[in-house]
Amino acid sequence: MHELSLMQSVMDTVRDGAQNNNIIRVKKIKLVIGKLSQALPDSLQFAFEALSSDSLFQGAVLEIEERSIKGHCQACGSQFSIQDDYCFICPVCQGFHVDVIEGRELFIDYFEGDTL
Amino acid sequence: MVQVKLESHILGANDLLARKNRTVFQQNRILTINLMSSPGAGKTTILERTIEALADRTGIAVVEGDLYTDQDAQRIEKKGVKVVQINTGGTCHLDAGMVDRAFQQVVYPDLQLLFIENVGNLVCPAEFDLGEDFRVVITSTTEGNDKITKYPLIFREAKVVILNKIDLLPHTDFSLEQFHADIGRINPEAIIFMVSGRTGQGIDEWNQWLFEEVRLKISTL
Repeated sequence: MHELSLMQSVMDTVRDGAQNNNIIRVKKIKLVIGKLSQALPDSLQFAFEALSSDSLFQGAVLEIEERSIKGHCQACGSQFSIQDDYCFICPVCQGFHVDVIEGRELFIDYFEGDTL
Repeated sequence: MVQVKLESHILGANDLLARKNRTVFQQNRILTINLMSSPGAGKTTILERTIEALADRTGIAVVEGDLYTDQDAQRIEKKGVKVVQINTGGTCHLDAGMVDRAFQQVVYPDLQLLFIENVGNLVCPAEFDLGEDFRVVITSTTEGNDKITKYPLIFREAKVVILNKIDLLPHTDFSLEQFHADIGRINPEAIIFMVSGRTGQGIDEWNQWLFEEVRLKISTL
């Protein structure tokens, strides 16, 4: 679905970053994707392969770190993991006001490459 | 080999534009709603019912998102409010830049309530902040119970969940008990309305609540 446009945005950002750092060939891009985000790692990999035909990205590897979902209870301050049942109720005090502190990630961590 | 640390959000450019939109809506005291659902859940029908009830009490405008057609915009236009169509040309969601451009075409001095009807899709629109005050997600009895657990993000981040086609409940396998349990787990703070866009059942409660929100928006600034 939208993974292609996400990947396009990633590669534009990396292209700019490569230019600023005199990198002529990108070897690796590392993304962090939270499990609550709607981007599927497989689809991102597919989009990466489809978009990485130019020489800057030739042979580059896309590494995706998936982050599980973690909540923070506003009432009692507990931090807890949220499992596949997506239960956002505090397991300690049963509070409803829970902030998602991990699991919404959708960012480029770093990239590596060779300079001139 | 050089490593360049970026830690940059993939949707950073969109988020920046969304913040800009939010500031503009805020300064103009316009309550802005991002209306989302799967195709056919009843976004446009509920919007029609809401416009019929509120158009003489508050200034309304609608931004219509659709892949290719302007059928929904034509329906809204018949209700006598300002509407602009965004055709995404196959893109599965609206983004903040599209909304900014569309807003320029519908804004008028007495505008107080702006609806953004997103592209019918439960996946991608959830990722894109448009600068709205809050999100309203519509689901319907004919879609089955599983949509909520299959697409948790969109339901998690909604302030309001509207269950539509409540009149068809006896003809479906939809379980209200399951619906409340699922929303109660994923988004226990969600405000729930159960309506039928077709018969009008439950629509008054939604409209009254929404009108209160418009009044709050005007008075809090």
